Amino acid sequence: MRVFEKNPLEKGLAERLREHGVSRRGFLKFCAATASMMALPPAMIPAIAAALERARRPSVIWLSFQECTGCTESLTRSHAPTVEDLILDLISLDYHHTLQAAAGEAAEAAREQAMRDNHGNYLLIVDGSLPGPDANPGYSTIAGVSNYAMLMEAVEGAAAVIAVGTCAAFGGLPAAAPNPTGAVSVMDLVKDRPVVNVSGCPPVPMVITGVLAHFLTFGRLPELDEYHRPLAFFGQSIHDRCYRRPFYDKGLFAETFDDAGARAGWCLYRLGCKGPSTYNACATMRWNSGTSWPIEAGHPCLGCAEPRFWDAGGFYVPLSVPTGPAQDYLLAAGALGAVVGGVVATSARGRVKAEAAVRQPVTVEELEQKL
Amino acid sequence: MSDPMDFLLLTKGPLFDLAITVFALGMAARLLEILINGRRPNYSEARGGQWLPGLRTVLTRSVPDPGTFKRAPFNVVVGWLWHLGFIVTLLFFIPHIALIKSLLGISWPGLPNPVVDLVTAVTLVALVATLVHRRTHPVKRRISTLEDYLVWTLVFLVVLSGYLAYNRIINPYPLALGLHILSAEVFLIVLPFTKLTHIFTAFIARWYNGASFGRRGVES
Repeated sequence: MRVFEKNPLEKGLAERLREHGVSRRGFLKFCAATASMMALPPAMIPAIAAALERARRPSVIWLSFQECTGCTESLTRSHAPTVEDLILDLISLDYHHTLQAAAGEAAEAAREQAMRDNHGNYLLIVDGSLPGPDANPGYSTIAGVSNYAMLMEAVEGAAAVIAVGTCAAFGGLPAAAPNPTGAVSVMDLVKDRPVVNVSGCPPVPMVITGVLAHFLTFGRLPELDEYHRPLAFFGQSIHDRCYRRPFYDKGLFAETFDDAGARAGWCLYRLGCKGPSTYNACATMRWNSGTSWPIEAGHPCLGCAEPRFWDAGGFYVPLSVPTGPAQDYLLAAGALGAVVGGVVATSARGRVKAEAAVRQPVTVEELEQKL
Repeated sequence: MSDPMDFLLLTKGPLFDLAITVFALGMAARLLEILINGRRPNYSEARGGQWLPGLRTVLTRSVPDPGTFKRAPFNVVVGWLWHLGFIVTLLFFIPHIALIKSLLGISWPGLPNPVVDLVTAVTLVALVATLVHRRTHPVKRRISTLEDYLVWTLVFLVVLSGYLAYNRIINPYPLALGLHILSAEVFLIVLPFTKLTHIFTAFIARWYNGASFGRRGVES
């Protein structure tokens, strides 16, 4: 007898989680973590649970342009079986040319099919920047289609666009000076759809899944900051949440990567840490299932979640140090100024001497006569 | 893309280069002119040395005599307070030391940030008090020029923007930091051409006075 399975798209998240062996208790724990992650009050946990239980898995089309696959690596390197992985399982990832089994024409056909079937409702995830409309499209193509054309076609039917990684969010490495491919960010091109930037090089995996969880829970995108990043994850600086912050406040700094200060876990500001100007959730969520994060590993923050981080004056230069050749200008201008001052002073002396040479002394008698 | 990070990179890059160039050129020219011209030649017989009285006067003119303190306690106390606060913040805040080290290659230990933060807050209050005093004191008000207010505004903006950036009162942070750096750059550019030059020339002038007194055998 043939068993008619429920259409996978009709199943709710809770049902799918149960199929994956996640208990009700585990599910509620995930909802609590999600609420906390999104800075929502505990009273919201039942609402999140109810919404997620009802949620149907949305179609997701993941486009990869000028990228290094680090964002995909980040997402998939969370240790199985985590709830994040299950969430990924539980969206309908209809196109992702790294993760999907299909290749070539079949893959492109799957994308076009998904776009047709879910027109107006699918989530479009983009990682990587792309050559802008004025750039040579040949710098990056997929199946002979330029990145720009593919993005614009896919955006047409998207409910929202999530730019994953700093390349998609801000141009990232491909857009670093001199930007040979004319790389631009997704935000630069997509103006008529909501765009969420999940920046980071790569982004924190939980942040990617957190944005998806928010979308599944509330049916809308989370509150965003001025860079279109979800405030729940990008609301605080690395510096403000850094466990090394007390050392910064006390003025205790590592001067090199292997000195006593570095070994004692002192602040890495002088080694170029960009924590004060970088907003991300690394310090709270950490990496590799909460094992560690770059600063805990003894490396300063590179500021990878911020625009232009490649061009921000050097990874190992303190934040307060100028990015240009200011020292050269100081020396050159000081020397030139000294010459100018010398010339002005000498000319003034010369004038005094010249005046003195032709002076006509006045005697006291002459003065008295004038009175 | 024009955004706060671009603004910060502009202030940390080309604008800083411009500011430091104008400052170094202007200040070096002025100081060299002053030092080469020196004083008028004095052909009289010297009654005493110049160096020690000069140095002593640098110190004594920096500390008010009891009479001055009695006449104008507000000027002395508040003036000292904010000048000291400004110097402590400028020279002992860790990021400033890192900046100085990148320019001059020298550095020294900094103060804990909460201490610098407190000093900055006191400096801000003292600066506001000086402005209120200047506007309410009948004589000061009359003798104040546009340059006085310009200089006050620049000093106040530098300190205020630094305080706002450190405490993250303006968001996003790159904008706050960029505004602080920009205000410091305007300060640097204007410095050689206004009475702000006293940061350097005050001590030269005091030394000249003391040396002149010493040469004439007058107590400095």
